Amino acid sequence: MQIYLPIAEVSVNAFLLLGLGGIVGLLSGMFGVGGGFLITPLLFFIGVPPAVAVATGANQIVASSFSALMAHLKRKTVDFKMGLVLMAGGLVGSALGVYVFTLLKQLGQVDLLVNLFYVVFLGIVGGLMMIESLNALRKSKRQGPTKSKKRGRGIAQTLPLKMRFRASGLYISAIPPFLVGLSVGILSAIMGVGGGFIMVPAMIYILGMPTKVVIGTSLFQIIFVTAFTTLLHATTNYTVDIVLALLLLVGGVIGAQFGTQIGAKLKAEQLRIALAALVLLVCGKLGLDLLLTPSDLYSIGTS
Amino acid sequence: MRLLASLIAFCLLALPLQAEELVLGLSQEEVRITTRFDGSDILIYGAIKRDLSAVDPEEEPLHVIITVAGPSGPTTVWRKERVAGIWMNTDSVEIDRAPSFYAVATTGPLPDILSETEDLRHKISIPRAIRSVGAPQGIEDAGSFTDALIRIRERNGSYLINENSAELRESTLFDTRITLPANLTEGEYTTRIFVTREGAVLTHEEAPILVRKVGLERWLFTLSRQQPLLYGLLSLALAVAAGWGASTFFQLIRR
Repeated sequence: MQIYLPIAEVSVNAFLLLGLGGIVGLLSGMFGVGGGFLITPLLFFIGVPPAVAVATGANQIVASSFSALMAHLKRKTVDFKMGLVLMAGGLVGSALGVYVFTLLKQLGQVDLLVNLFYVVFLGIVGGLMMIESLNALRKSKRQGPTKSKKRGRGIAQTLPLKMRFRASGLYISAIPPFLVGLSVGILSAIMGVGGGFIMVPAMIYILGMPTKVVIGTSLFQIIFVTAFTTLLHATTNYTVDIVLALLLLVGGVIGAQFGTQIGAKLKAEQLRIALAALVLLVCGKLGLDLLLTPSDLYSIGTS
Repeated sequence: MRLLASLIAFCLLALPLQAEELVLGLSQEEVRITTRFDGSDILIYGAIKRDLSAVDPEEEPLHVIITVAGPSGPTTVWRKERVAGIWMNTDSVEIDRAPSFYAVATTGPLPDILSETEDLRHKISIPRAIRSVGAPQGIEDAGSFTDALIRIRERNGSYLINENSAELRESTLFDTRITLPANLTEGEYTTRIFVTREGAVLTHEEAPILVRKVGLERWLFTLSRQQPLLYGLLSLALAVAAGWGASTFFQLIRR
């Protein structure tokens, strides 16, 4: 069944979009990530203009993150104070990101920027996650599950503007979380992703937050930042396609629920290795596109 | 078809006599883009009214060229170059006017039935329908950018040249079918018909086809442009409702 998307101005198969949303939702339920890093490149692939894919991707993340946050609210694993600091940074970053995006759209470099961001960040995150989880798997095989908690000492403690974050059990400067939020906000605007795959490691390793509150807090801030990004894209670039978003998120929220059930049956290390492999795969594909000679050197500008 | 022909014949009788006169009809004067829009076929038909007593039996046969053009606008074409190992857009040429859609249907091979000068005057063939005035400084091969635009648009079905796809019966009745692709943009499309003999255009006629989004498509598109904030909030409300709805629904099932 073909559906004409009013903003993207292309006709695509509705079941393809539902399926796409479903698969990404499944993965995001399994791994606890928004799945934006998958959905945006997949939308490019089926012929949705990059600007529309990025803006609509952000809208889709609001839906899947909201669905997941509900579960975390029930378990009380959300640090609201930390979330608000991250959010303040995120909103500033998001505004900056949309501004940069609009500027680059005029210069014709949007595709390059988006692809470069993807390759660099997916590469770093996927690589680190792979190494870390392989080590953890080796360790757990040797001596059974270990519980080692490392608290970040250094920068976060020495900077001014100290705040107490009760739910995380931290007394640190508000500047590092603000900066983490800021950079994730920029990424969210440029890449159409929630930034969970960067936010989660940053919160654990840079801010030293306990793992149990990390995901809930990151979801809390992602919802606000991606919602803000969606609004900015809708008002400045007119690139949010509501029909596309609807199809993706119907598939997505259903897939996410099944994903959570599958995820509960797998071991944490196995999950992380699978996610790392997936991230590296997407990264590799996008990287090759930048390095290999394109089939047509010419392209028509997106405007 | 027979009904059509008699209808046209009737119209012809009402027309004043001239050497060659054109009557043109379209199967639809408006293309409505609905949510289920998946491309559309347009039948373009008509007749050439001729004063039969003045026809020379030795003369060369008539030919018909039909074009359909979408709304025109400036278009930027980028060229990639390898910079530090990475392929990035470096040079660009702004083409002053390029139609978003352009189709040509003819009764014979275009070079045989249309001379260069007539093509230049009426801008019939695809390269002529695109207007590129001057290249920016530093780019010598601006022509290759125009060629690339045509190549890309031909590949995705936006530019079509269908030689011999039109039919002309008894030098009077003609018809052709033009397929509008699914990735159509809104606007006023123009259909033009040219009657040629030995490469010269004898007469031509044009008619508009209105392509517009209707219903939900129209409403959403207008909303997104005129009330972008409201539209953005609506998208968000939808997202939140879907997220909340799904988690509540699945909790109910599991219980």
